[in-house]
Amino acid sequence: MCGIVGLLIRRPEFKDSLGRLAVPMLECMGDRGPDSAGLAVFGPPSDSAGLGFSLYGHGGVPDWDAVLAHHLEVSASDATLDVNGDNALLWSTMAATAVGGWLEEHWPSIDLLSVGRSIRLFKDEGHPREIAARYGFESFTGSHLVGHTRMATESMVSPAHAHPFTAGEDFCLVHNGSLSNPNSVRRRLQRRGVAFETDNDTEAGCRYLEWRMREGDSLEQAIESSFAELDGFFTFLMATAEKMVLVRDAFACKPAVVAETDDYVAVGSEFRALAHLPGVADANVYEPSPKMIYSWSVVAAGAPQTTAVVS
Amino acid sequence: MSESVEFDLAGVSVRELNQYLHTELPGSDVARVSIQNPNGRHSIAAGLDCEVEVEIDGHAGYFIAGMNKLARVTVNGNVGWSVAENMMSGEVRVKGHASESAGASAHGGLLVIDGDASSRCGISLKGGTVVVAGDVGHFSAFMAQAGTMVVCGDAGANLGDSIYEAVLYVGGAIDSLGADAREEPLEDSDVQTLRELLAGSGIDSDAENFRRVASARSLYHWNADAHQEY
Repeated sequence: MCGIVGLLIRRPEFKDSLGRLAVPMLECMGDRGPDSAGLAVFGPPSDSAGLGFSLYGHGGVPDWDAVLAHHLEVSASDATLDVNGDNALLWSTMAATAVGGWLEEHWPSIDLLSVGRSIRLFKDEGHPREIAARYGFESFTGSHLVGHTRMATESMVSPAHAHPFTAGEDFCLVHNGSLSNPNSVRRRLQRRGVAFETDNDTEAGCRYLEWRMREGDSLEQAIESSFAELDGFFTFLMATAEKMVLVRDAFACKPAVVAETDDYVAVGSEFRALAHLPGVADANVYEPSPKMIYSWSVVAAGAPQTTAVVS
Repeated sequence: MSESVEFDLAGVSVRELNQYLHTELPGSDVARVSIQNPNGRHSIAAGLDCEVEVEIDGHAGYFIAGMNKLARVTVNGNVGWSVAENMMSGEVRVKGHASESAGASAHGGLLVIDGDASSRCGISLKGGTVVVAGDVGHFSAFMAQAGTMVVCGDAGANLGDSIYEAVLYVGGAIDSLGADAREEPLEDSDVQTLRELLAGSGIDSDAENFRRVASARSLYHWNADAHQEY
């Protein structure tokens, strides 16, 4: 099954409550995906030089002091590290590829979960409730987030196989469904120099979209072209620093419900994940149509920008 | 038969509610059950088997009033997947919209949806009646075997794909017909049926403006020469 959730705040006062509103969504969708969970939270892009790198120690809590000290030594920068258990946000002026190489060489038990000026990412194996409590998701603030609860069907259960998947900077994707041609998509992208971390189908979809965007497509154009390239079932929920984007395949057998108010836009696999949200009884609640791209801006209020996929 | 009972699902589980509806309610003096705070929960009032009025206030989840027999269930809100699936008799009314597979496999009874129904509405219908005031999504009435579906608005792609003996009436546009579904002339008897169903559903729509869709019956027998092209 799997569950997806997304929340984009429009009323400024609610930004401090982003995590508090989202945790019941994620916990509720634990019924649809109890084996792993993840959350990508977006705040205003930082003005500081450098980039944020979400790090995760897959073999237990790393010696973060030593990690930072070593990073300062190799980067000669004024890098900082914000630690949350086995997860930490490294802020550094070192180039993204260099950070990846540095981790691989010196800290092989640390995975790089996300890169960007706005995104911070958490994901792990275990029940969504436990993961939310362990990292203190409730206290998170920001403009928007997307989350996922996983019931693995096509590849193993591991922190690296949990969603959200990221590629490039400030882009992430969660997926309910399964792709049937991830291997051919992966092989084609690998020939173009795109590196993969897992054999997961969603990672193939995520990297395909990010590759299209690097080739000059907007996210919406990339999604449109993915209908010709990605075969399978999907409800995709994506986020960048500027927007949250939702699309369902033509057959639309993977559910999604949207609730829009003046205060927020909420997306869940089922309405019950949204039932606790303030004012939801009067919200505009609807089921997104198949082959329609819904794009909600972080700054612009009102209805989403919709784009019909023609193919 | 005059008493009324209220359940607030903020404090009572769906399992407790349904156990009451299945075991204590039949044969009691209770004629009306009202349910508050459904909050999208699944399987509310599934498996009813007696004459009773059930009213659900708010948006409900999957399988609402599934397998319904005799009871009249009203939802003042939207419902998730498979409302009134496998209904045997009685009446289920959704005042809002319904998600996928509304009335799936219903053998009897009447399902009325005041808003839109999503994809696969009336899939595998087996004798029940489904009336939708709004639109229905793609693959509605897929493999519908018997019964009637009335769509006052538009129907999505592949309407009535692989349909058997069910009859469909559509008031609006049809995106496309599925394999072996065809449009047929609307006879006087169809108009009469429609008038009765629309009146019985409390929907104001002109019965003469509907189109009738039924099976061309070309899939009934295997045709080796067709090379699976229908």
